[in-house]
Amino acid sequence: MTDSAAIENTALAASQSQSTQGRTPQKRSVQVWRSMRRSPAAMIALSILALHLIIALLAPWISPWDWTLQNGYNMLQPPSAAHWFGTDNMGRDVFSRTLMGGREALKVTLLGTLLAMLWGSLTGITLGLLGGRIDEWVMRAVDALLAIPWLLFLLLIISTIGQSGLTLVLTLGFFYGIAVIRVARGATLDFVARDFVMAARVRGESNWTIVRQELLPNVLDSLLVEGAMRWAWMLLAFSSLSFLGFGVVPPTPDWGLMIADTRGIMSIAPWATLFPALALSSLIISINLSADAFGKAMGLDRAKAPV
Amino acid sequence: MNTVYTNIGHTSTGHTGTGAVNNAPVLRVENLSLGYTRHHTDGRTSKVAVLRDVSLQIHKGEVIGLVGESGCGKSTLALALLGFLRGGGEVLGGKVRYGKTSLFDLPDADLAALRGGDIALIPQNAGQSLTPTMKLGAQLAEALKLHSDLPQGQYRARAIELLTLVRLPSPEQLLERYPHQLSGGQQQRVAIAMALAGEPDVLLLDEPTTGLDVTTQAHILELLRELRQRLGTTMVFVSHDLGVIARISDRIAVMYAGELIELGSCAEILRSPAHPYTRGLLAAIPRLASGMLPAALPGYPPAVGARHQGCAFAARCSHVSPDCQERTPDQTALGTRQVRCNLPAPQLRQPLQLEGVPVPEVTVGEPLLSLDQVAVSYQQQSLWQKLRGQPESTATVDGIELSLKRGETLALVGESGSGKSTIMRSICGINPPRRGHIQLDDQPLNLPVEKRDAVLKRRVQMIFQNPDASLNPRHTIAEILAQPLKLYFGLTGAACRAKAAELLAQVRLGEHYLDRLPAQLSGGEKQRVAIARTFAGEPDLILCDEVTSALDVSVQAAVLQLLKQLQAERGVAYLFIAHDLAVVQAIADRVAVLYQGRLCEEGETRDLFAAPWHPYTETLLDAVLQPDPDHNPKLHSDDAAESQPPAQGCPFQNRCPRKLGSQCDNELPDWQQIRGKRLRCHIPARQLIGLQRV
Repeated sequence: MTDSAAIENTALAASQSQSTQGRTPQKRSVQVWRSMRRSPAAMIALSILALHLIIALLAPWISPWDWTLQNGYNMLQPPSAAHWFGTDNMGRDVFSRTLMGGREALKVTLLGTLLAMLWGSLTGITLGLLGGRIDEWVMRAVDALLAIPWLLFLLLIISTIGQSGLTLVLTLGFFYGIAVIRVARGATLDFVARDFVMAARVRGESNWTIVRQELLPNVLDSLLVEGAMRWAWMLLAFSSLSFLGFGVVPPTPDWGLMIADTRGIMSIAPWATLFPALALSSLIISINLSADAFGKAMGLDRAKAPV
Repeated sequence: MNTVYTNIGHTSTGHTGTGAVNNAPVLRVENLSLGYTRHHTDGRTSKVAVLRDVSLQIHKGEVIGLVGESGCGKSTLALALLGFLRGGGEVLGGKVRYGKTSLFDLPDADLAALRGGDIALIPQNAGQSLTPTMKLGAQLAEALKLHSDLPQGQYRARAIELLTLVRLPSPEQLLERYPHQLSGGQQQRVAIAMALAGEPDVLLLDEPTTGLDVTTQAHILELLRELRQRLGTTMVFVSHDLGVIARISDRIAVMYAGELIELGSCAEILRSPAHPYTRGLLAAIPRLASGMLPAALPGYPPAVGARHQGCAFAARCSHVSPDCQERTPDQTALGTRQVRCNLPAPQLRQPLQLEGVPVPEVTVGEPLLSLDQVAVSYQQQSLWQKLRGQPESTATVDGIELSLKRGETLALVGESGSGKSTIMRSICGINPPRRGHIQLDDQPLNLPVEKRDAVLKRRVQMIFQNPDASLNPRHTIAEILAQPLKLYFGLTGAACRAKAAELLAQVRLGEHYLDRLPAQLSGGEKQRVAIARTFAGEPDLILCDEVTSALDVSVQAAVLQLLKQLQAERGVAYLFIAHDLAVVQAIADRVAVLYQGRLCEEGETRDLFAAPWHPYTETLLDAVLQPDPDHNPKLHSDDAAESQPPAQGCPFQNRCPRKLGSQCDNELPDWQQIRGKRLRCHIPARQLIGLQRV
């Protein structure tokens, strides 16, 4: 029995080597945050994004004027101390309307992105894991759906079902989820061939457990960045729908709708179009820049990422 | 076509030490320190050394072997000999001189001309270093254009000459082929031919045979020995495998933690190593002749660039004294060699004692696993093919009959593509067999894993080759161990954590590992976690797929001991795959030899290794290299790899050195039972025994 005791001693000594002892490295989230803080572009973008979110939350309380109040005596006024962004063709305060104009868009697109990410990534990861014939067929269907001009498709659905917040969330969420499938599947394929997935299969884990426990944590990085990008795209899509009159129902203020309403008077009152447009583009740019910086901080190679 | 070497067996060159070679050093490394700048989070920077104070002279015409565990700076040193630094690297001190020029002081253009022309590199993975979209002729022409003075019209002739030099069959046709149409061994030969295009003075070989089959490796080494003799090229040979180094080197340089800790002639280092690290390394290598497990070298090498005071090896040294923690030893001469150790000379001169660890006694019980006429194939016949009555394609693996008892270890041995992993995949239910029966006790294992019941799933577990890949990088060790505990026993929460800690204790790891991520563990520790995970299900059968081949030798010995000890405690049966036959010899009770998915020979490890009767077993065992300067591999047939098993006849018909004739082509030989072994060959067993003695 002394022999086995000897083995035990050497092995114990092996486990107590100095190489892996010492301080535990920081958590990954801390590392990513540190890395992001080094990039000025990321910090500016994140601040703008945060500002937009805070404004959207607090807009009803910080708006100096009632955003639906029409004032026939005070139409098309240029920016002044009373109306910082001027007034529009109905005499409404553009500043208050701009503050309020992002609420509906943010609400619908955030919910829509969440839905798109949820169903898109789960479908994509599952397809990547299953492979074979199902994968092939579903991916061909995805290709076909992606080939349809999305705006026309959305208009068609919304005009059939009707214009409501829920319809918008569902249609946008469904449509953008299709693109997420591709990304999630592509990211999954990198990991499916690894032995830890094989180990789980040999162990007899169900496919659902493998998707949730083994694959999802590994593709989450790519998915988070993809989600941010999808969000920016969806904001643009939502504003386009509003612009065309299929998004928000007047008199609720919305940037896309505001741009549509005032575009005819742009030569007389450019402020009425300029400020909502600026608000929309600054939000989208800040999301895009944040997503890029986030991806870089997590060590994702966007050039290699599947489209 | 069979390649015949003129210098098979031992020739007069080699292992003559430094005396026989011309004494002018070609390359001189003078107190070289390489490293990089580390940026700390608080904005400070510090220099981290990867190579420390390395001095080495390489003489004309000699082969110098660089050995050491991974992360010890072997490759960094070899690349420095090309004047190359990895990204972010910098010279912290010292010089590398080629003749009179200092490489790191050369302008880029001169350095580029020197690389490939005067000093050429042969990389580890030839398949990846050849351009996949260019024909070999074009790639060789490119190398000739860059590194030779030949006129363009002579490129083709010279390319054919080079391919003939590296003993590739029908070189004219090869020029028109693409790299993927060649086998691994052939690709490596082409890489050697390309390196020789510029007629370099010095060849740097970075693990050129790692990843090749035993027989292919032996052939490539024989080729390199021959080239060295014929062309007088100086070689720097980097390898972690002391068997390879022993075969080719005149001198050996042992690296540890970026330092050169011992330098001496091949025979000296292998027979009477001085430095405690070299001793430990040699003792940790499993040997074919020994009936014991190798002794493990405790601990792990320090992380790359880790700073230390005193001797780098002090933490693992068996002779450590308080002095070693403080005083960094200098490179001092000990007879004809250089050693970097604080120990007094008489102690360094003590002879090497290879004390193995006796294999723990395991009681072999009743039969557990049986395979009966199992055939596996990756291609499935489509319905259309069935309707048209097309014959099934030849199965990847066919006619496998094996049995395994409780507490027993059976090793599957063969070259890559011999179906070892395929058999494992069919036992664990990933790729169920096409024909035949697999049984665990009396329960069928033919079903795919999804259709097996929970108990059956639990009873068969698998350990993978590379723990980096088999542990999910995003899970902590506790989460990794919780998965099987939850799946098989429904354990959660504190009970699960306690059980996980218990499992870690079984593989000799402390409880504090539970909250770490795999990336925070060393290779050996990761493999221990992977082993703990397989034992979580309290299995009866464990499939071990090359479990030690991704580990360093010193760590490998400890893992082998652990596996054997767990087997003694739990009475599990192991089905073991390893390409290293010495590892098989150390751990397996019985061995089954496979070629092209068919069994050739099976028997007790001791009998089979002592007297390999089947011509394939003989070929395989004779090609094994050992860390012994006097050991010579014997090469029987050529190393042409086959991609498809023959449709009929003996699977080994194409490469067999003892082939009889048409009988071997057409008829599958029957099993012959003799002296506890069974083998499949047309030559009567008694006659084979006779042939062995010649």
